Amino acid sequence: MIDANTEPSLQIQALCCVRGDRVLFRDLSFAVQGGELLHLKGHNGSGKTTLLRALAGLLLPESGEVRWAGQNIRSLREEYSRHLLYLGHLNGIKGDLTAVENLRISSVLDGLQLSEKRAWEVLGEIGLKGHEDLPSKHLSQGQKRRVALARLLVNRARVWILDEPFTALDVDAVQLLQEVIRQHVANGGVAIITTHQEVAMIGEHTRTISLGRADV
Amino acid sequence: MTSRLINWFKFSSPASFYPLARKISLVSTVIAVVLIAVGLYMSFFVAPTDYKQGEGYRIIFVHVPASWMSMFIYVVMAGWAALGLVFNTRLSAMMAQALAPTGAMFAFLSLWTGSFWGKPMWGTWWVWDARITSELILLFLYLGYMALRAAIDDPRRGDRASAILLLVGVVNVPIIYYSVKWWNTLHQGSTIRMNQESTMEETMLLTMLIMTLGFWAYSIAVAMARVRTVILERERSTTWVRELGGGEI
Amino acid sequence: MFEPLYWIIRRDLTIAMRRRSDIFTTLIFFVIVVSLFPLGIGPEPDTLRLIAPGIVWVGALLASMLALELIFSADHRDGTLEQMLLTPQPVSLLVAGKVIAHWLVSGIPLVLMSPLLGVQYDLSWEALGTLVVSLLLGTPALSLIGAIGAALTLGLRSGGVLLALLVLPLYIPVLIFGAGAVEATVSGLGGQSHLSMLAAILVASLVLAPLATAAALRVAED
Repeated sequence: MIDANTEPSLQIQALCCVRGDRVLFRDLSFAVQGGELLHLKGHNGSGKTTLLRALAGLLLPESGEVRWAGQNIRSLREEYSRHLLYLGHLNGIKGDLTAVENLRISSVLDGLQLSEKRAWEVLGEIGLKGHEDLPSKHLSQGQKRRVALARLLVNRARVWILDEPFTALDVDAVQLLQEVIRQHVANGGVAIITTHQEVAMIGEHTRTISLGRADV
Repeated sequence: MTSRLINWFKFSSPASFYPLARKISLVSTVIAVVLIAVGLYMSFFVAPTDYKQGEGYRIIFVHVPASWMSMFIYVVMAGWAALGLVFNTRLSAMMAQALAPTGAMFAFLSLWTGSFWGKPMWGTWWVWDARITSELILLFLYLGYMALRAAIDDPRRGDRASAILLLVGVVNVPIIYYSVKWWNTLHQGSTIRMNQESTMEETMLLTMLIMTLGFWAYSIAVAMARVRTVILERERSTTWVRELGGGEI
Repeated sequence: MFEPLYWIIRRDLTIAMRRRSDIFTTLIFFVIVVSLFPLGIGPEPDTLRLIAPGIVWVGALLASMLALELIFSADHRDGTLEQMLLTPQPVSLLVAGKVIAHWLVSGIPLVLMSPLLGVQYDLSWEALGTLVVSLLLGTPALSLIGAIGAALTLGLRSGGVLLALLVLPLYIPVLIFGAGAVEATVSGLGGQSHLSMLAAILVASLVLAPLATAAALRVAED
């Protein structure tokens, strides 16, 4: 068990990831403390997504390990997932379900109780007013992304790993999302994001790590 | 004890196992050639004619060891698979991969010789006997493993997926075997009784033993040779393989 | 612990109800395959009665396997599967939920349809009863075992054929005891012992198969 009061930190030790024959990065070591935003940079194919998936525990690294509060996430498994929210390229929502249903189910699976009323409120907040009970397959790309991002408003995970969260979002949504991330970090959470856009969220607690051939 | 432990870990890396595999392969080849030559000679010329089955029975000196090997190799592969999943070592999966064609070959050989044996004994090429049917299913399991490996492009996913399949298979093999046996007895199909009544002569037993050991050595030799090519293929981008250059390959 | 299980089943059932055509495809396949055999073999009732248990069972087995190909593929494509691997819930529990939902949608219709097909083959009432019970015990086991294969072949090019190659050998015990139960009833021996074996297989696969499937899904999403 992880003590909820300890300062959460994510440590990456000598991580090496390989795709096919290509070594994406090796001997990558860094740590992210609570209250920090980590901005991952790198050109296409530099291994940003791979790194994020390894940090989430989806991908088994070739060598090295990821530690959460001092323990390898491989041995923590579900215990680590409790503290984690990962949003990848795919939105992770079902096209046949409505926005409300999608949000409620992902909340239950995250171990949270979310009443139908609260789900409607949250979706309104994220700018989906009037689209809450449409099948998600009829929504636009940006709206689907918003359904996925609504989880950020509900979830209490300490670590947010967001892969290109700003893709397909309009200006308003980008601003809203930046604010949400800023608040999460201000509350002592960890946020690790990748983005192509130059985002004006770079506060004092932001660190940038660049992946790419030059650094390996 | 400690030094031995260190040695094991050393050889669990493909780079250091590569030259060792060559030595093991050479030695086993010699042993296999000698044992199989002696075994074949004995099975043709030394072992006495069976008073019930005549000369045709001599095929069991190939059939029975081949059946044993096909089952044994599957279990060994599952063992490597479990090791690979637990310790995340690349070499274990490579060993399983290298053994699979040999295991499948023995399963096929067992079916083939069984059918050759069946023709003069029961006048039919194929009998739905419990043992033969199980052997056929084992061949299917081998083919499934090899097909899954071949279908997955990413070697690491291939290693782990096929390891899970092997473990599922090895749990199922006894269940399949007993269900087939049950099915067979209920239908009162023909059952091959293998020399259980006619007591096996000592020379027959010895011949069978020599052939089995010969097949063992053959399996090791072939698997080691194959694992060397698997290592080279999989590690082709590493520096140690590049340094080998044209020399040893 | 059972709340996520309930929600997963509810989720998959809702989705299945919103695209009902998938259910009927499986069912129609089952009916067609079973109806083909008399055309290939000949209409003699005695012969048909003899081979009926095997044919209905093989038909159910193939239909259930074809339906299984789809159990994880949609979730894999839209990313809900990777989210499932990242929840604090045990993955094997969620897998069990998905398989149960899948069986309710694709297995139950096969069970309900089977007596009708049995009548085509002139089976007695008693044999029809055993057929239904054997399928009721056997098809969930098929779904559980087949889910392992579906997870292993997830996203592969030759998925469907490969799935058959991996899964059909593992289906053999279920087929033997399932068809055997009906056959034993037809011949007057009583299918009791066969049915107990089927139940044992079902319990064992309920415990073990979700674990293997969960492991295979982690590999597939790597």
